[in-house]
Amino acid sequence: MNSKETVSTKFLTKRQIVDEIFVKWGIYIALLLLVILMALIAPNFFSVKNGLNIAQAVSINAVIASGMTVVILTAGIDLSVGSIVAASGVATVLLLNGGVPTVIAALVAILVGALIGLINGAIIAYLALPAFIVTLGALTYTRGIAYSMHGGPVQIAGESGIESIGNGSIGGIPMPVFIMIFVYWFFWFLLERTKFGRHVYAVGGNPQAARLSGIDVKKVLMSVYVISGVTAGLAGLMFASRVRSGQVTAGVGYELDAITAVILGGTSLFGGRGRIFGTLIGALLIGVLSNGLVLLGVPIYTQLMIKGGVIILAVAIDTLRSKR
Amino acid sequence: MTVAENLALGNEPKTKWGFLDRKKIYNEAIEKIARVRAPIDPSELMGNLSVGTQQILEIARAISMNAQILILDEPTAALSSFESNLLFELIEEIRESGAGLIYISHRMEEVWNLADRVTVFRDGQLVATSKKNQLTPDQVIKQMIGRDVKDLYVRNNRIIGDVVLKVENLGNGLKIGPVNLEVRAGEVLGLYGLIGAGRTEITRLIYGADKIATGSMHIAGNLVKFKSPRDAIVQGIAFVPEDRKIQGLFELMTLSDNIIIASLARFVRLGFLALRNIAKAVDTQFTNLSIRASSVEQIVGELSGGNQQKVLLARGLQTNPKVLILDEPTRGVDIGSKNEIYKIIDSLTKSGTAVLMVSSDLPEVLGMSDRILVIRDGVVVKELLAEEANEENVILYSSGLASV
Repeated sequence: MNSKETVSTKFLTKRQIVDEIFVKWGIYIALLLLVILMALIAPNFFSVKNGLNIAQAVSINAVIASGMTVVILTAGIDLSVGSIVAASGVATVLLLNGGVPTVIAALVAILVGALIGLINGAIIAYLALPAFIVTLGALTYTRGIAYSMHGGPVQIAGESGIESIGNGSIGGIPMPVFIMIFVYWFFWFLLERTKFGRHVYAVGGNPQAARLSGIDVKKVLMSVYVISGVTAGLAGLMFASRVRSGQVTAGVGYELDAITAVILGGTSLFGGRGRIFGTLIGALLIGVLSNGLVLLGVPIYTQLMIKGGVIILAVAIDTLRSKR
Repeated sequence: MTVAENLALGNEPKTKWGFLDRKKIYNEAIEKIARVRAPIDPSELMGNLSVGTQQILEIARAISMNAQILILDEPTAALSSFESNLLFELIEEIRESGAGLIYISHRMEEVWNLADRVTVFRDGQLVATSKKNQLTPDQVIKQMIGRDVKDLYVRNNRIIGDVVLKVENLGNGLKIGPVNLEVRAGEVLGLYGLIGAGRTEITRLIYGADKIATGSMHIAGNLVKFKSPRDAIVQGIAFVPEDRKIQGLFELMTLSDNIIIASLARFVRLGFLALRNIAKAVDTQFTNLSIRASSVEQIVGELSGGNQQKVLLARGLQTNPKVLILDEPTRGVDIGSKNEIYKIIDSLTKSGTAVLMVSSDLPEVLGMSDRILVIRDGVVVKELLAEEANEENVILYSSGLASV
């Protein structure tokens, strides 16, 4: 090269810097502001006990939302997770009551989720049907499966130790919170430190380019639904253990709570953009909001209206961001 | 929406009841289309038209607004030569009507034919503005690349080795094939043909991106079969596609991710990515290809076309290919980066890489190739050595005017 090689620096205007901060840290700032606000106006909000309450309350949604994040990163969606929570919980409790060892019964919950996820993923990836429709179908038939296993709620009979998953604690920290932290730690490694993680972002960002880069796009697509099924199955286990029973009506609407957490956390519905810890913060944000509103004595219908508004706001932000 | 509705957008005529006046929309559209002299039906759906026709309609809309200044940014990028000529006629008319035009293009001859004054930018900075009649094309190119034009193309004495890729009777069972070709180590084989001749399709078949119906391929004497691009990469073929944005880049991902994405498997240790090794490999590519970016962590969508192209080149090279397939390696790339890409291609031949270069840029094909295969109707119609090829005979063979 006979000309001097210059590396151009990235000049940012004030506006761009503000945008950058807003995009990267907006959700963290929002959570912080909300916590400060609630600490000021809601009685008994700002305490370790209430903090753990919130963490425990959001743990199930957070676990579902972690798998959902991986799906949404590929520009997909999984509406079947709520029904998986019911089916896996009922299956586990029935097996427990039938005398199956605790560990195996617990694993079956995850297996049920994985199986539904595999069916979803295989159809979406290899038959190229839209994820929305396929998982909407799964939402319905999986609820049907839950009902077919048992007509109504079924209590855990006897002592199996499985209750400790939802109710136990270690050093004052509830088990579900431990599980949640482990799951997010695991997904952080999966997405940031493995080949599969890079492939997920690539497939979500540009499936055509992904294929030409030697990525097995269909396999990646199928895998993300299996992952989402597994986390939903785990959430089903946590739920059943928490309420000491299998509930065929468990998890109704959970898919929407999970999607809300993912979108709030900054993952784009259009795929290819998002971070796993954003989702955790998104789930916590919803938890803090609900908890604060309850402490403030806000009626349930007002709570619903506020939550609905938050969902639309989150999607509006995502859309504006993608248009930039 | 239909063509007529699009043309009326933002300025819809209403009936006295406040409803859309469809008849008037339609009639106005006929007038507007007549002004651009394009044979387009106003009731056609916009989505059914070619990108070129859509572009012409955009211009029709701009004209109908009676703008004083019209800015055209790479207007011919998606146009056929017929449509381009139509555009140039329109530009003349607009100029005569007294409006000012800013015409942005990377195509020298267009700027040269149209402009009264020429402004050159390089690396985001103004180099010079001059009256055209005080300039020669060579001076403009010199301003653009910052050095003399005579060494735009780079072909230092190449040492050509054994056959690396041998393709026999390759076809897709439809319009492509049977194709026979050989690429040798250290050689640039140019594939030239008119648009629609099947150049890209042939390379996609070789790369395993599309389904092969007939034929066989050998790499270094071994029979290979690719079910997908992944197999091709494993066997030592890299492919840089023609459409960066649609087929190449992950625009939301970093430069580093984009470069390494096709060769991640080599960087896995105990299930995890060896980030330090990746950083090292990416840095090497970043420096060797002199990619201009703030860092390897910059988002690729923010880079210029030339640097994006280099990123794709780096991705291909990172897989250590024996054969590098380049489809339109310098399309939409500024002339400075073009020169750098040519240097990279030439230096690859030094290390024994076989390069298969598809291009519709004839000077590029002539300037870079050691051999040229002319493609027409999905088959190779003529092989020309660099010494015997010139613009005239390549065009004659590619258009079918010369018998083989």
